[in-house]
Formats: sequence, structure tokens, C-alpha cells
Amino acid sequence: MKKMIAQREIDVNEEGYLLDFSQWNREVGQELAAEKNITLTDRHWEVIDYLQDKHHKEEALSIRGIKKSGVINVKEFYSLFPGGPLKVSTLIAGIPKPKSCI
Amino acid sequence: MGETKVKKMLFILSKGTIENAYAAFVMANGARMEGIDAEIFFTFFGLEAVQKKKLEHLHVATVGNPAMHIPTMLGGLPGMEAFATKMMKKEMEKLDMPPVGEFLEILSDSGCKLWGCKLAVDMFHLEREDFIDELDGIITIGDFYSRADQEGTHLLFI
Repeated sequence: MKKMIAQREIDVNEEGYLLDFSQWNREVGQELAAEKNITLTDRHWEVIDYLQDKHHKEEALSIRGIKKSGVINVKEFYSLFPGGPLKVSTLIAGIPKPKSCI
Repeated sequence: MGETKVKKMLFILSKGTIENAYAAFVMANGARMEGIDAEIFFTFFGLEAVQKKKLEHLHVATVGNPAMHIPTMLGGLPGMEAFATKMMKKEMEKLDMPPVGEFLEILSDSGCKLWGCKLAVDMFHLEREDFIDELDGIITIGDFYSRADQEGTHLLFI
């Protein structure tokens, strides 16, 4: 389905995840974050860059991966993206929701 | 998928086998990853999963476990449990499942509370220093019930 985000028409699935990463830009990320009541700081952007990088390398995302990332620890990750950190952060980053159970 | 009605999951882990510990950990972590609160109460043999000296030595049960598809007599042979556990850990590693100690760190950092059962701690003559630093305290079952302090709380015995 289509959704207006940052004055652009974006394709998203029923959970609001972007279907086409090429439609993502930082303004889109900011607006998606605002919908989750998150104001993006430099720390958020560092994590988003990391997630997008992993996605482009087709490496699966997991909470264990976050712990080993060297970018952020698990505690801070939870505090930056409340309400389910991988779910929320990937939505903002414009990449698919991770399928792993861990 | 709609919004879940589950707001908080309370787990009681009463068994010291690796598959039961992982069941609790995966479900508790999965809850936190969905924005659901989670807490684990370790009691009886479940306490092995939070004891510094024992947590990396949990085993899968090869005797009395029909799903292992090993004849009970063979399952009881020396080294059988260790072998089956080694195989299982290898498969878990392939799926990027963390070892017990690392899983507990992740859970604690994610805000999942970890509690020791006072009765079982007394029964096994254990002290606070026998447990991992991440343990949030040693409490009674009554204290644990009082953690069910909101609508949408569920309690699960493993």
C-alpha cells in the first residue's frame, strides 16, 4: 500500500515497513521515527547506518549481532528505540523487519 | 498483524536442562524484542542456569526423553548426555543462538528481570555470590506474584 511520508508517496507493507529501500531518505527516516515518538540523535543515526549496512550486505540482524557490533550495546539500543528495538529501528531505517526469533 | 494484548510475561524456570533454559530465554528475549516486559524466576533445578559455575554446563536430557530417539539404555551410557549436548550446542551456534552466559547478559541488558527463588536457594544451601551478577535478587514466590502488576500479564511455568 501507499503512504505519504515526508511529502513523498512511499510503498509500505501492512505493518508500515518500506518495500523499496530506494524510496528511503533521512527525512523519511525522521518522519517514521516521529510516528514512534522518537527524535533521532547522532547516536540513532549511527545505529541506522549500521543496520542499513548489514542489510545491504545481506547479513541477518539479531540482538546478538547488536551486542557484538561495536556500535552500540544492548542496553543503549533498548533505550534509543523503545517498544521493541530491532522492530522499531529497522522500520525507521527503511529495511525489512528481521525474521529471526532471536 | 494487530497489536498484542500481552503486556508482561512472567516465566518460572524449574528445570536445569539446556532445552528448558533456552525455552525460557528465547521466549523472554522474544517478548522484550516485541516491547513486552519479561521476568524470569529461577527455582529448583532452574537455579543451575544462573549459577556462575554451572550455567555453561547445562545438559540436554537423553534419558526419559522420547523425542531424542535414543533407546533409554543407550541414553544412560557415560558421555551420552555430553555428546548430545555438544551436538545441540553446535546447531544452536549455527542459528546464532548465544551461549547461556551471553544470553543472560543480553536478557539483563534488555531489561528482563532475573530472580532467584528464596526457598530453593535455601534448600540447596546457595549464597548470593554463587549467582551471576545480573541476578536482580532472591525473592519469594509471593514477591514474584506481586510482579504481575498490570493488565495483560501472563505467567508461564517451564
